[in-house]
Amino acid sequence: MKVVKTVKLYIGGQFVRTESGRSYSFNKPGTENQYMRLCQASRKDFRNAVEICRNSVSSWSSRSAYNRSQILYRMAEMCEGKRLEFSTIFKDCLDVTNDRAEKMVDEAIDSFVYYAGFCDKYQQISGSVNPVNGPFHNFTTPEPVGMTALIDSDEFNFGSLIDNICSILVGGNAMVVLLGSGCPAILAPLAEIFATSDLPSGVINLLTGHLDELKQFIATHREVRSVSFQNEREDVFFDMKEASIDNMKRMVPRHKNVKSLDNILNFVEYKTVWHPIGY
Amino acid sequence: MTKKKTDKKKVAKKKTAKKATKKVAKKTTKKMTKSSTKKKSVKGLVFDYDPAPESSAIITFKKKYDLFIGGKFVAPESGKYMTSINPATTESLARFAVASEKDVDTAVKAARKAYQTSWSKLSGAERGKYLYRIARILQERAREFAVLETMDGGKPIKESRDVDIPLAAAHFFYYAGWADKLEYAFPGKKVSSIGVCGQIIPWNFPLLMAAWKIAPALAAGNTIVIKPAEQTPLTALLLAEVCQEAELPEGVVNIITGAGETGAAIVNHKDVNKIAFTGSTAVGKLIAKSIAKTNKKLTLELGGKSANIIFEDAALDQAVEGIINGIYFNQGHVCCAGSRLLVEESVRDVVLKKLKKRMSTLRVGNPLDKNTDVGAINSKEQYDQITKMVAAGKKEGGEFYQAECSLPRKGYFHAPSYFAHQSASSLISRVEVFGPVLSISSFRTPDEAITKANDTNYGLAAGIWSEKGSKIHKTAGSLKAGIIWANTYNKFDPTSPFGGYFESGYGREGGLQGLHPYLEIK
Amino acid sequence: MASVSVRMPGGSKITIPHYPIDMIGANERASTFTKRSIKKESKLDALYTAITMTDLTTLEGADTPGKVEQLCGKAIHPVPDQFMQELQRLAPSRTIRPIPHVGAICVYPEQVPIAARCLEGSGVELASVATAFPAGQLPLDIKLRDVKRAVKFGATEIDMVIDRGAFLRGDFQKVFDEIVAVKDVCEDNAHLKVILETGELKTYDNVRLASWMAMEAGADFIKTSTGKVAPAATMPVTLIMLQAIWDYYQETGIKIGMKPAGGIRTAKQAVHYLVMVNEVLGSDWLHPTMFRFGASSLLNDLLRQIFKQYSGQYYYDDIFSLD
Repeated sequence: MKVVKTVKLYIGGQFVRTESGRSYSFNKPGTENQYMRLCQASRKDFRNAVEICRNSVSSWSSRSAYNRSQILYRMAEMCEGKRLEFSTIFKDCLDVTNDRAEKMVDEAIDSFVYYAGFCDKYQQISGSVNPVNGPFHNFTTPEPVGMTALIDSDEFNFGSLIDNICSILVGGNAMVVLLGSGCPAILAPLAEIFATSDLPSGVINLLTGHLDELKQFIATHREVRSVSFQNEREDVFFDMKEASIDNMKRMVPRHKNVKSLDNILNFVEYKTVWHPIGY
Repeated sequence: MTKKKTDKKKVAKKKTAKKATKKVAKKTTKKMTKSSTKKKSVKGLVFDYDPAPESSAIITFKKKYDLFIGGKFVAPESGKYMTSINPATTESLARFAVASEKDVDTAVKAARKAYQTSWSKLSGAERGKYLYRIARILQERAREFAVLETMDGGKPIKESRDVDIPLAAAHFFYYAGWADKLEYAFPGKKVSSIGVCGQIIPWNFPLLMAAWKIAPALAAGNTIVIKPAEQTPLTALLLAEVCQEAELPEGVVNIITGAGETGAAIVNHKDVNKIAFTGSTAVGKLIAKSIAKTNKKLTLELGGKSANIIFEDAALDQAVEGIINGIYFNQGHVCCAGSRLLVEESVRDVVLKKLKKRMSTLRVGNPLDKNTDVGAINSKEQYDQITKMVAAGKKEGGEFYQAECSLPRKGYFHAPSYFAHQSASSLISRVEVFGPVLSISSFRTPDEAITKANDTNYGLAAGIWSEKGSKIHKTAGSLKAGIIWANTYNKFDPTSPFGGYFESGYGREGGLQGLHPYLEIK
Repeated sequence: MASVSVRMPGGSKITIPHYPIDMIGANERASTFTKRSIKKESKLDALYTAITMTDLTTLEGADTPGKVEQLCGKAIHPVPDQFMQELQRLAPSRTIRPIPHVGAICVYPEQVPIAARCLEGSGVELASVATAFPAGQLPLDIKLRDVKRAVKFGATEIDMVIDRGAFLRGDFQKVFDEIVAVKDVCEDNAHLKVILETGELKTYDNVRLASWMAMEAGADFIKTSTGKVAPAATMPVTLIMLQAIWDYYQETGIKIGMKPAGGIRTAKQAVHYLVMVNEVLGSDWLHPTMFRFGASSLLNDLLRQIFKQYSGQYYYDDIFSLD
């Protein structure tokens, strides 16, 4: 008899069961065959993840750009190491061919590599030294926006998911990701990538659950500084946008850009520093 | 520090000895009687500056000011007018039109038409030339603008003359040059204009805020409908004349006046593609909410409760200037005002002593007087708001200090003030006063300073005072604020992006980054 | 620049605290005083006061007794009575205040005897530069003899120079000791003004340190410049020194005087300086016993502006005597 496992949530570098004691079944597409069970994250799970996540922002943003770059590249390596596991999941859950499954892993790896290379470059491209009219050195640099929530698409696309995660990660932000319903089974191997690539714990937290249950809490949680809304449901986006105004979250709507500087710049704030020039 | 303190003690001991010897010396006989008289306290010149008012003769007020729509001044559809007063005298200056929803619609249509038929057809170079013209005319009519700004808003003439108007012109100059170079601003990207921008600006820097909004919008190829604050509409309306003088194609800039309802009509108009607002966080949130379910672009420059941190190794005399400039500049009506002073405990007393001394030299009074440092509070509402908060602050305890100065009997004036020894949770140390009221608290370590500075929902600006480079960089990097003034405060420049984190708003104005909100970037 | 320790005569050590200055902030603050608009009576007050504060100076190799005599005459009686009568005619409704004598004459020690004779009983002080002015590059004993002679000849004020070379190489003890020694020679016979030569000290941090050191060592006045080095007095440098004077007063209760010298040529500049003194130190320093201008051409512009202020007419540059 096959043993069906329940995939736990990934919070603060630990695999934990939902505090709510709820789980749901994930079936192979088009079948009644249970593939695995998933934790249904509650608002408390989300809150716990945010708590840990926000405290980890500084541990990540204070890493040197070079170090962040190394860690993202390490993720690419770890992803390569899990190629078989990922492609098996994709074939099982998404009913895709082996070639397609392999290609999906390739895309994800390419994203890791692409953004690894950006960690020490986006500042140079988007920052500036400003020639103010006076004896002052004045420069503008992008800084992390802070704790971000990523609402994943329900139409699973591994490449874009990694693209979105990396876009947030590059700038020194930490995140809570609500995985989409398309292929939540990747939670475990994906978490293992993050757990084994020297990323400080708590920087990426992965949840499975229902958007409708959590959207209000995500939108109104004051510690969440930004939301990357990559789900298809535009109505939910507008609801969350409206609800998020009390703490003026930066709401990043769904987009199709992959491998782009713009994606990184969605999660930065510009800081401008003045200093006199004199003896 | 302990070493420094013991040294101080030694010096002090020596000082008393020295004083004593000087006294002894005084008693001994001297050949020169003169030098002995010199040691006596003398009465020096009491140097009071006579009034030096800037003449207001340069201003010719119109009987009433209409709406500037489609390149012409037109009467409001409702026939309604409001009055703008001079807060320094409480006298009426002029009547100006109240734009209704229908007027707003006319203005947006004019802007749309201009966008489609003229402005978007012009080359960047040609757009730039118009902006250069506006900049030049602003410079040439600087005196007129400065006097009008001071009369309408109550700010000291030296500020409108030396800060507001020159900076407004500089903004037009800066963005004029971008108009034909947009492809260099975002390399590898295709940029295009957005369309019609609705802009709503506050009363604290009326012309300057208009320039901040209009210049980048036009450079990027957009057309605009802008509403100045109902407290201070006059310089914006004078700017309308400048647009005419510059022969700007009609409808590119539409300047309409009115209060909150007019603003709401702009925000909610269906054919406006982008809203830019500067003002209070409360109103900013209202605007954000009212367009949350649309795809209108939005930039907001909102409030702040910015920390001004003074470390013990700061250049203290300059730091004191920074405190003064941080909170008493423009009567404290500055979104990025350094309203929370955090001073390291070891230098707290000396800083406060110097601050009090410096406050005693601030001249509060007639804003048109060239020697006035602190002018009138912008409006009765704001004056009431400030006095209400000060009264509430006093109830919370702590030490309240106010500069000793005589205030004019007429008009809305508030003496420069501070609260010290208040708890970090007190009203004055958490809520934006938007007036000349400073909250002072102390800290012991850099980490504590940073934690306290970041302990706010806002994130607009911060000041750091230290002569130690590495400390400056560490602190600047740790503060959650869009503008960090290190060893200076309240400096503005068109090339320098301005805007905040968190509840201080979205987006940046000024600099290359300030183009971003006015462009579609693909 | 860290804090500096020097030994007092008698062996006890004092520390001169490190007090950093931000150059740009100081320059900005200094420029705010130039934006004050001084009009009407307050302007007249300032112009008259500035005359009483002027140290009318001639420090040339070409100085002669004749030149010094003329200068003294002008110092005592800057304007012929006839001019004043003329002015009264132009401004019949005004009460024209008599033009006061200047604060002092400032000359080389060799010219002191003749100046002393000319100034006797006039109330005009007699300042002499000494201590191997302007470079200060001679041994201490010669400097002290220089001072002794000047005092003996009748100088009531000594303008000494500090050893900038010693200062810049970090030999603060030497700088300090020399001031103490000169002060000792002056005793109560002459007031001591210590010239820092700020144009050679270059940084404001240095100016602050030198100011404090001079005050600790016994200076009655601190003075910016010899007039032989550019830049001489500037508003920001004077501001730094005024703030040092204020802090010293706060700490000790002792009021030290200030003398900017060189580069102040116009009445407008003088008024700016007085505004600065007024706002940094206050009324107590707006008196010739506490503040002086070291200048040669300033006096004529002050007179010209006073005449203009009363008559409403602009005057020729050369209406007043050169010296």
